[in-house]
Amino acid sequence: MYNLPTKIQEEILKYTEENKISEKQQQQIIDAVTKIHKMSTYDPQEPMGVVAAQSISEPATQMTMRTYHFAGTAGIQVTLGLPRVLEIFDARKEPRTPTMTIYIEKSHQTLDRVRKIAENIKEVKLRDLVKSTILDLTELKIKYKLDLERLHALDVDEKKLSRLVNVRNAVAELAGEMLHVIPKKKDITNIHKIKFGVLEAHVKGIKGITQVLVTKEEGEWVINTLGSNLKKVFEIEGVDATRTTSNNIFEILDVLGVEAARNAIIKQTRFTLDEQGLVVDPRYIMLLADMMTTEGNVKAIGRYGISGEKDSVLVRASFEETKKHLTSAAIHGECDLLKGTIENIMVNQVAPVGTGAFDLVGKIPQQLPEEEK
Amino acid sequence: MVYRISELHFSLLSPDVVKNLARVRVVTADLYDADGYPVEGGVMDPRLGVIDPGLHCRTCGGGIGDCPGHLGYLELAKPVINVLYTKVVYQLLKMVCRKCQKVMVEEGKERKSKRKHKITISDVEANIDLDSVIVQPATCPFCKTKSKKITFVKPYTYYEEKKELSPMDIRERFEKVSDKELTKVGFNGGRPEWLILTLFPVPPVTMRPSITLEGGERSEDDLTHKLVDIVRINQSLKENIDIGAPEFILNDLWELVQYHISTYFDNELTGAPLARHRSGRALKGLIQRLKAKEGRLRGNLLGKRVNFSARTVISPDPRLSINEVGVPESIAQELTLPFYVTTKNVKEAQRLIRNQKANYVIRPDGRRIKITEENKTEIVQNLIEGWIVERQLENGDVVLYNRQPSLHRMSIMAHRVRVMPYQTFRMNPSVCFPYNADFDGDEMNVHVPQTEEARVEAAMLMAVENNLISPRFGGPVIGLDLDQISGIALLTKAETKLSRRDATLLFGLAGFAMELPAGKEELTGKELFSLLLPEDFAISGYRSNFYKNRKIEKKGEDPDEWIEIKDGKLISGIIDKQSVAAENGKLIQKLERMTNPTTAKMFIDRAGRLGAAYLMLRGFSLSIADLDLPPEAQTKTREEIQKAEEEANQLIVQYQTKELTTLPGMTRKESLEAQIMNALASGVSRASDVVETSMKPNDIRNMYLAGSKGSVITTTQMAAVVGQETILGKRIKRGYQKRTLAHYKEGDLTPGAHGFVAHSFKQGLDPFEMMWNIMNGREGLMDKSLRTRKSGYMQRRLINALQDLKVMHDGTVRNAHGRIIQFTAGEDGIDPSKSDWGTIAWKDRLDMMVKE
Repeated sequence: MYNLPTKIQEEILKYTEENKISEKQQQQIIDAVTKIHKMSTYDPQEPMGVVAAQSISEPATQMTMRTYHFAGTAGIQVTLGLPRVLEIFDARKEPRTPTMTIYIEKSHQTLDRVRKIAENIKEVKLRDLVKSTILDLTELKIKYKLDLERLHALDVDEKKLSRLVNVRNAVAELAGEMLHVIPKKKDITNIHKIKFGVLEAHVKGIKGITQVLVTKEEGEWVINTLGSNLKKVFEIEGVDATRTTSNNIFEILDVLGVEAARNAIIKQTRFTLDEQGLVVDPRYIMLLADMMTTEGNVKAIGRYGISGEKDSVLVRASFEETKKHLTSAAIHGECDLLKGTIENIMVNQVAPVGTGAFDLVGKIPQQLPEEEK
Repeated sequence: MVYRISELHFSLLSPDVVKNLARVRVVTADLYDADGYPVEGGVMDPRLGVIDPGLHCRTCGGGIGDCPGHLGYLELAKPVINVLYTKVVYQLLKMVCRKCQKVMVEEGKERKSKRKHKITISDVEANIDLDSVIVQPATCPFCKTKSKKITFVKPYTYYEEKKELSPMDIRERFEKVSDKELTKVGFNGGRPEWLILTLFPVPPVTMRPSITLEGGERSEDDLTHKLVDIVRINQSLKENIDIGAPEFILNDLWELVQYHISTYFDNELTGAPLARHRSGRALKGLIQRLKAKEGRLRGNLLGKRVNFSARTVISPDPRLSINEVGVPESIAQELTLPFYVTTKNVKEAQRLIRNQKANYVIRPDGRRIKITEENKTEIVQNLIEGWIVERQLENGDVVLYNRQPSLHRMSIMAHRVRVMPYQTFRMNPSVCFPYNADFDGDEMNVHVPQTEEARVEAAMLMAVENNLISPRFGGPVIGLDLDQISGIALLTKAETKLSRRDATLLFGLAGFAMELPAGKEELTGKELFSLLLPEDFAISGYRSNFYKNRKIEKKGEDPDEWIEIKDGKLISGIIDKQSVAAENGKLIQKLERMTNPTTAKMFIDRAGRLGAAYLMLRGFSLSIADLDLPPEAQTKTREEIQKAEEEANQLIVQYQTKELTTLPGMTRKESLEAQIMNALASGVSRASDVVETSMKPNDIRNMYLAGSKGSVITTTQMAAVVGQETILGKRIKRGYQKRTLAHYKEGDLTPGAHGFVAHSFKQGLDPFEMMWNIMNGREGLMDKSLRTRKSGYMQRRLINALQDLKVMHDGTVRNAHGRIIQFTAGEDGIDPSKSDWGTIAWKDRLDMMVKE
């Protein structure tokens, strides 16, 4: 039984339904398409990896360096172009511009409600709530004048503020519309440090989310953010956790698992390439993502990831860190089975890929005919 | 029978092996005696191999090329640590109990190795990775001895608490560790005491040949210099020990031996000074020989130099087919391929020699004889079966044609040779795209495959016509270019009609014969184009490039808008970029998929020539006046630009009076910049709309409409306004403090002061505008050079990571060691290079099958 890809099967079904085709003819179509599909599949021993690598990197030469782009209508800048692609392939723990796209459940799809959610997500630091700061050197106190209007607009209880502002080596207390911070040590040298430290105190929202933007995308309200924290966002009521994503692949790996991380790599890479107007068949990006994630975590393309963990000593040594790989091979008594391309090129042998993977077996006559002797 | 290397084992070299392999015991630091002969027992001992032509090896009797060289050895007066393994020595010292010599890891508590698929000789998994950092255990879990803190000082000194451990002490300690204990830490490559050298292997001279300079003076290899140092100091240490010299002198010499041996292995050690040549140049150690781009691994083993290749400048010749390459006579005479003489082709071989079409003959005994005018008759007479004639390139030979950088597999393809006069490689301009070549001085290479298998593989797998479809996106990478597109497009416009006479002339110019439809005195361009198509060919359903931006979905009456080809006849539509160009050409794609590569190849050859020929017939030229807009359009564009500038100025006023709306997530300044950029950009785009609608039909317009070169934007820049020049995607702001140039007032925010070019290229830029334009141009250059480097390294990494993945017979993708990466290649098994932009387009092909 030959299985056609599901997508093609569905297409055939749709086609036969639309054209009112009999079951017998449908079978004929399936047979024909099966034949077409077989003709279009890979030949055995095709070096798909190299083709994939070339297909991804050849257009990368045409990519622009430092491009920033405004996600949505206006507002949030995201790294794009070659730097972003490198970021994904290097498997950096934190992207240069982490962003989230937060989808909202149907029941919460009103502008007010979405704005409210967005507001709650955005990180509020004490800095945002302070009008002015007075440094009282005689009493060794720092006095912050609070912006009560903003405080109420953001739904922050000023009474709780003193507890929230829990900075090391200092105590905070509320005095009317002033917030006084008294350092524990009467030390004038440290007071400046504390002054700025207090301003950075986290008051509300999710840490690291510096910007939120509510936009309408395809008829629904969506929140775009700068800064990413999926775990916290998923806990918020009204957030559609099934669709909400981040561009931080490691965060997706932690929160949603490898399969999701694999999909995120594919999606992010395709998005970046599409944005630059470069056409690359998605199959190659999928292969790359599979290679990066086969061992259950996300591995970088390069010396500290896939390339550093290749099975063959010669492949590793010829890539980077020659000395390290050769000495370690000697110590461990490693053995190179010469199964790949690079190894065989090195020892001047035909590599077992493509036509090189096959041998010709000829029928050699046991005895030569009389006359030819 | 061909033998293959099936495995390569890595392990440590033991002193016994060195002694057994060695043919020479090195005892003296002298290289040559007074007569210039190599000293026996020196590091150039003649028994170590031959490097001088004509001489024979004293060990094996072989000459240069036969004798692989032989090892020597040096007995070290005192043992020395092998610097390559200092880290391993350190780890072992930490992990091995100084009393019971056991690895200090409790049973069951062994750490698992990080490397999962290591293949080792004994196949024992390393429980502790010697490569990782190990914390020294406080007490031995077996004999409960308290361990002493081991410290390691780079490059090669060890301390146990305060006491220095000499290589001798370490060696003694390692000797007592049992093999079983060693496997616990994954040490399977030999004995740890071998990490401390007692016998020093002296490499054969063949790997460190000396060069004879003019005047007979010899210049020795870096390694030889290093070896001389090692032997000299070692001898002096030995002598000092024999005469009972004081301890401190011995230690100094010992340290010196250690230093020389260390830098011999690796001359980039942290903590040790670089060993230098007399001239001050740093010497190359063994590691430096292997390492990096030009090292043995990357430079020689993976990057081999080849014979039977040629390189020269390229130039275009549309009369060649896309799968041909014009090879200069002088190159064709130099490049050869073996012609094996059999009973059936002796005559042919004789003819080759007689006509001076061969350069050498090789007799069955392996002798090569150069064919000259004098000896050719003699050779012809002797020529029999079994001889090999090295014949010159001829028309029709398969060669590989390549242009660097070879970014994808279409950067090297197989072409057929056409021997031609003059000194450049000639090629059809349609194959420029896959090679990314142009003719501004580019050079390309030709390689001649030397075996029958290689030629067959090249002709079948690498031939140009078999690489029309890119594996990257499943579309054509070879198609018409520039004038070829312009010509075909103008020809296939509905208004184009040619008399029978002109049509004949046209095909005459194009250089191929065509049977014109009978009985018609006037032929339309579409009819003429149809002659190139196979009879049953059909394609439809997309717009021509002229109407690319039309929004209306419905099929209009315009005979040029929608492409429709039925039964090999072009019914409507202009054949342009969308049909016939590389990367976009749907017609070429479909032709390749539905018929066969040869038909598609022929179509490209002919269409290209027809296009160029039609331009010759029709005439194709442009003048500065083509960029003149009608007077009302001129005022309109000027007004639009002025309006945009005014808008920007208003924004600046609003900013200064703090009335400007701040955009979310931006500072006030950023908001201003963004809004100015927007205002100016929309002004320019309004101007460009005016240009698009008001421009009179001319050949500049024809070019961008057909998609052969240029765009509305570039035309607008020439005819109406250049627009905003940017640095890092923002308005130009660098220069002086608070201003870009000294000619502006401080804090001037107007468009003109920050890179807005309000003139067109035709009008000419004022000095400031030219400055902005040049700044933008410089940024482009910087960006390009940075980008090529970054993406080049990315490609190297990607290739290395994915290099061994291949599709197996069961459709899975596996790496070289059989690990499955994908269960079905690309999840549906479809090879994009056999697809239609990634799909199998079964509906199209179904029609074809139904027909059959």
